[in-house]
Amino acid sequence: MLMDHAKIIRLIEIAGEVTGRKKLHKMVYIAQKMQIDFAERFQFHMYGPYSEELTLRVDELCNLGLIDEQMETKGAIQLYRYTLNEEGRDFLKFHNVDFGRGEQLIRRLNEENSRFLELVSTVLYFDNLPYAEMTNKVFTLKSKQRYTEEEIERALTFVAELRAMMA
Amino acid sequence: MHNPELLSEEKVFKDPVHRYVHVRERLIWDLINASEFQRLRRIKQLGTSYLTFHGGEHSRFNHSLGVYEIMRRILETFEGRIQLSREEKLLCLCAALLHDVGHGPFSHSFEKVFRFHHEDWTRAIITGETEINRILRRMGDGFPQKVAEVIAKTYENKLIVSLISSQIDADRMDYLLRDAYYTGVNYGNFDIERILRLMRPHEDGIVIKFSGMHAVEDYIMSRYQMYWQVYFHPVTRSAEVVLRKVFQRAKDLFQAGYSFRVEPVQLLPFLREEITLADYLALDESVVFYYLHQWKAEQDPILKDLSSRFLDRKLFKYVECTPKDFRLIADLQKLFLEAGIDPSYYLEVDSTSDLPYDFYRPGEDEERIPIMLLMPSGEIVELSRKSEIVESISGKRRFDYKLYFPLEKVLALPEGLRQAICERLGVVKDADGSCQDHPSD
Repeated sequence: MLMDHAKIIRLIEIAGEVTGRKKLHKMVYIAQKMQIDFAERFQFHMYGPYSEELTLRVDELCNLGLIDEQMETKGAIQLYRYTLNEEGRDFLKFHNVDFGRGEQLIRRLNEENSRFLELVSTVLYFDNLPYAEMTNKVFTLKSKQRYTEEEIERALTFVAELRAMMA
Repeated sequence: MHNPELLSEEKVFKDPVHRYVHVRERLIWDLINASEFQRLRRIKQLGTSYLTFHGGEHSRFNHSLGVYEIMRRILETFEGRIQLSREEKLLCLCAALLHDVGHGPFSHSFEKVFRFHHEDWTRAIITGETEINRILRRMGDGFPQKVAEVIAKTYENKLIVSLISSQIDADRMDYLLRDAYYTGVNYGNFDIERILRLMRPHEDGIVIKFSGMHAVEDYIMSRYQMYWQVYFHPVTRSAEVVLRKVFQRAKDLFQAGYSFRVEPVQLLPFLREEITLADYLALDESVVFYYLHQWKAEQDPILKDLSSRFLDRKLFKYVECTPKDFRLIADLQKLFLEAGIDPSYYLEVDSTSDLPYDFYRPGEDEERIPIMLLMPSGEIVELSRKSEIVESISGKRRFDYKLYFPLEKVLALPEGLRQAICERLGVVKDADGSCQDHPSD
């Protein structure tokens, strides 16, 4: 019971701190694609794979006081910073969440910035398409981000690294 | 691609919400007659809501035709205001008609237990080896893929995508009106004619002329009311919890090597989590009901009890409880175990929440596309900046939590255990021996 809540809290505990709502969404999506058992449903939105269910879950956890959300302003951008609090830690004591090798993967994802994770998650979203069609999707749907071929190559290398980590 | 053909005469479906659904394109007519689309007649739009609102037995077939009809009217309004090719118009109509074609029976409960998403099946039905795919391919080999992309929101033309999914789209407008009509509630009504008449294409999306603002306000309020009064009704949620537990028990038994009295042949692919498109298409509510009836006579007491509860509407009762009460919930789990009531199947916290409308705050990476108004000056302004009613509910999330449990099983326990559980549940026992928690019917 409440395991889906516990998994998000545990992800934040492992990461220590996650900066940005977008980054959190991309981390959960990529982890899910790497077979880590998150239940949230994702769809493609403006910034790539996005989960309305995850937005609700995070709002809910903040509202319940199980995680802390702090807003900070960086120039014109407002960023949300998520950390675990004591109540959340207690909650986890009642819920045994074991991500196995996924823990290492979550830490690795958190080392990257949200722009790069947005690209990685988009590449993974279209992983059923041939290379040329996938890059075409990245360039047309993400035209504002102006990703380059080199960045796509780096994203694919990163995906391979994650897969090796989980193998 | 060959030129899309028109029917010799327009066909119409009588519809209680839109009065008539008009079909002139041969492509649309043939899609409606495809077996995968006809399957939607056997899947209820509102899942378990019929156990709360007895009128809510309409199907996904009705709704899909309704979304198609709204889209057809939007395209009529856009005539002369935007250049859309015949192929693009058909793309909009096909996407509207097929947007829910991958839904299965009781999606909310079924998908959670068997770990899949109906959106993936929608794509598979449109792009795979199906009658629908063969019909769509008449428009060219790449056409089914385009339809799937519009539905998945990955199509490059954002205007077309926004007509199917945004904060005011053909899908939502139909389901609010239709669900209100069939459930018999008054909340869901709004002036769709006015909204459609004042909708205009604008760059990557749609805008509503300022004179239509009050109709849009009504639509937002209808949405708010429908979610809390109909979609999130606690009794409907109780039925969903019970059904989810039925599926979970069947899955657990299967994985433990249990021998079912009647082998659930059509459910085996789901129990094994190896589902083909043919398996998926063979599933509808009649199949689920057949096995619920079979399981009502099963040896396993839990599967038997849960199936009977769903079929006979002996649902779980509820009390208010949030995930923050996790210590209390852990206590209850222990007590339930002690009482011989397995909490994995008989104790569940269900949470739900909704955001009626959200707007874009500059600088934030928000994902919701706001509703924009076209002012008489030609300026485009976000809805909540002009409407005080919408502003008052914008960005306001409401949560609701319930703890579900079988009250009569608790009341049948020996005094000590019963009292310990009831105290924690906050359930008060009446002098006549009945138990008052909530008037949950």
